[in-house]
Amino acid sequence: MDHTMLKCGLAIFALPLVSFVVLGLFNKRLPRRGDFIATSVMGLALGLSLYVFWRAWSDPRPVFVNLSFAWLPMEVNKAVLGGILIDRLTAVMLVVVTLVSFLVHLFSTKYMEGDVRYGRYFAGLLLFTVSMLGLVLANNLLYLYMFWELVGLTSYILIGHWFEKKSASDAAIKAFITTRLGDVGMFIGIMVCYLQVGSLQYGDLFAAVEQGGLSGAWRTIAGLGLFFGAMGKSAQFPLHVWLPDAMEGPTPVSALIHAATMVAAGVYLTGRLLPVFDPPTLLFIAYIGGFTALFAATIALVQDDIKKVLAYSTVSQLGYMILALGVGGYVSGLFHLTTHAFFKAGLFLGAGAVIHAMHHEQSMSKYGGLRRKMPITTVCYLLATLALAGFPGFSGFWSKDAILADVLAFAMLNGHWFLVVAGFSTVFLTAFYMFRQFFLTFTGKPRDHHAYDHAHESPLPMLIPLIVLGTLAVVGGGMGGWFGAMNPAKSGVEQVRGLREAGFTTPLMDSVVQQSHDAETPHAASSEAHGDPLGDAHAGEHSPEAEARHKAHYMAMGLSTCLALAGILLGAAFYLQRKDGKTLLDPGRVAQRCSLAHRILWNKYYLDEAYMACFVMTTRALAVISATFDRLIIDGIVNLAGWCGWAWSYLTEIFDRIVVDGWFVNGSAQTTAYMGRQVNQSQTGYVRQYLMLTVLGLLIISSVCAYAFYGYWQP
Amino acid sequence: MNTTLLTSAGFSSTQPVGLLWYLTAAAILFALGLTACMARRNAIGILIGLELILNAAILNFMAFWRFGQSATNDTSMAGPMMGIFIIVLAACEAAVALAILLNLYFNFGSVEVDKANRMRL
Repeated sequence: MDHTMLKCGLAIFALPLVSFVVLGLFNKRLPRRGDFIATSVMGLALGLSLYVFWRAWSDPRPVFVNLSFAWLPMEVNKAVLGGILIDRLTAVMLVVVTLVSFLVHLFSTKYMEGDVRYGRYFAGLLLFTVSMLGLVLANNLLYLYMFWELVGLTSYILIGHWFEKKSASDAAIKAFITTRLGDVGMFIGIMVCYLQVGSLQYGDLFAAVEQGGLSGAWRTIAGLGLFFGAMGKSAQFPLHVWLPDAMEGPTPVSALIHAATMVAAGVYLTGRLLPVFDPPTLLFIAYIGGFTALFAATIALVQDDIKKVLAYSTVSQLGYMILALGVGGYVSGLFHLTTHAFFKAGLFLGAGAVIHAMHHEQSMSKYGGLRRKMPITTVCYLLATLALAGFPGFSGFWSKDAILADVLAFAMLNGHWFLVVAGFSTVFLTAFYMFRQFFLTFTGKPRDHHAYDHAHESPLPMLIPLIVLGTLAVVGGGMGGWFGAMNPAKSGVEQVRGLREAGFTTPLMDSVVQQSHDAETPHAASSEAHGDPLGDAHAGEHSPEAEARHKAHYMAMGLSTCLALAGILLGAAFYLQRKDGKTLLDPGRVAQRCSLAHRILWNKYYLDEAYMACFVMTTRALAVISATFDRLIIDGIVNLAGWCGWAWSYLTEIFDRIVVDGWFVNGSAQTTAYMGRQVNQSQTGYVRQYLMLTVLGLLIISSVCAYAFYGYWQP
Repeated sequence: MNTTLLTSAGFSSTQPVGLLWYLTAAAILFALGLTACMARRNAIGILIGLELILNAAILNFMAFWRFGQSATNDTSMAGPMMGIFIIVLAACEAAVALAILLNLYFNFGSVEVDKANRMRL
């Protein structure tokens, strides 16, 4: 185990936690509400993360730290373990989270200036960052779940930051409840894992899958349950509805939580637990991802709100990542997660800068010509847009290309061409809507002159994040080599071996590694036995999978480049104004021509309305029925019981009055008094009479005694 | 009453006066005293009745001493001593009773015991 890395990991986690406590308690007493503390602590955490990343870069081991400790002792020799895990995936996630978080903190110091709850906002950001770091540092499902819920909570808090606005508080509730829905599935998955494996350690789960401890229907249920959680958090169809509404939160929050990190948690979970999912589940995952990518991209085509476009774009790109993981593209999926985090955060922060400059106007139909007012923002936004559109050479190009190659290779071997069609058409749509947005916002003539005249370039704390993220959008593709090298999804056994060497082991993990060591070709055999496409994908250099991948690679690259360029050109044709203010094609006319399609897309396929009708109305109707039932039946029974009690007490009262009081209490007293009255007649007070009676009694007694002793009356 | 029965009981004109004569006299005396106690309303009458009862007792003691001594060959003076005791006792009793009587008179204005038929005023 790498002790330096362990210390760094703990420090990265603890620093924001401590400053969260400080800010949460004392922000009102600190100058500037303590924002400089939050920002500088995140900068420190970023430095540590980069150090961890650098060490991991130059280290051939797959896992560096895997430390467990008894967290919740339960039975003899049995405890729920908590623990920390640092491998290559964690290292890169740490960098992503701390970098974006640091930049967002920096950006917020200007963007949120003068906000009523400035200190609370920064405390929320810090708590979110802590939770997200805990989520990626966990080495077991329990800790992951805890932090998973915490990021959900902080997301709720930050979406509802301006809770005076009804739409914001509604959106917060919607986000919380929708993701909770997915979390219920995730909890079921965790419970199935615990019941089947007896442990929630990643290592134990992988070992159990290899050994058959978690197999068959249980493995499917566990996989589907866990993926359901990922669907909620990563806004996959049909649980994606909360993400566009979440744009009610402050824009930097959208950049941090709803573009770069929290929504990527679902992808992270799916990638981390990839060996746990069985082939049918993986296929399900791929279809969900592919469909979501295409579905969300079509909605993004017609949206007018600058943040809504980005939100649907995020849903679409998350669909890409899920699709990649579903077809076994561990490397490409997580690679895209990283590049996407950078350029999408850049886009959101750019949008934030624009919104800030335009006095909180979010409608793109009010924008236009901003490049003359905000040149640096425009350049950074353009770089990020090119990266998202998949322009050759930019970071998004490499990661998206890797995904498409994986999908194409998968389809060549296994069919399922829908995934390919969805993937490639999304490339085209993405390029189109992103350039529509870019042209509408930054080029042409200003549509709202009043706002345009007041627009200005952002101050430096807002520009630095944009420049950093814009640069990363260009060069982020260079990290492809890093992801190619980490590749720990080869098989469960490889993972278990890596985790075991990093310090922590259990008997189950030992036995699996021992078994695979005994077998001649352990891992090819095991993956073939399970029919695992994932194992096949990396079985060897000359497997059909590798050949397909090789062939698919150039095909995918060429095709996606052509489609991206076509999308960009089409976007330019529709929205890039010439000198006379006209565009080559008129989008209004096309919208009129296809009014039905436009209306459906504009209303997001009426999904919110459908949910309203299906779930909300059903729930309300159920509530009304239950209320009526309560009022009539339950309350009736309650009242009847009350009436019965009353009647019973009435009867008892009568009994008490007549029998107890009348007969027993007063009756006995009266009898005694009567007898006393009768007896005291003899007490006349005449001494002579008493004497007479005494003599009389004496005579009687002596007569009786005489009779008794002698039997006769004679003397 | 038949002479034989009286004679067999100890009463005889030919015999000297025996024990039974004394006992009978004492019994009559006792009965008279008791009757006085029961019948008289006047407290002084009752007191006189009580004296009669005590005298009857003395007479009994003396008679049993006089006639019992020859039979048991007893030479003690128990009978007269008891008589003297009872006379002393009667004197004390008379003193106390007369004190009560005086109080009775002060409180009720008369010495009729029937008027004092309550334990309080």
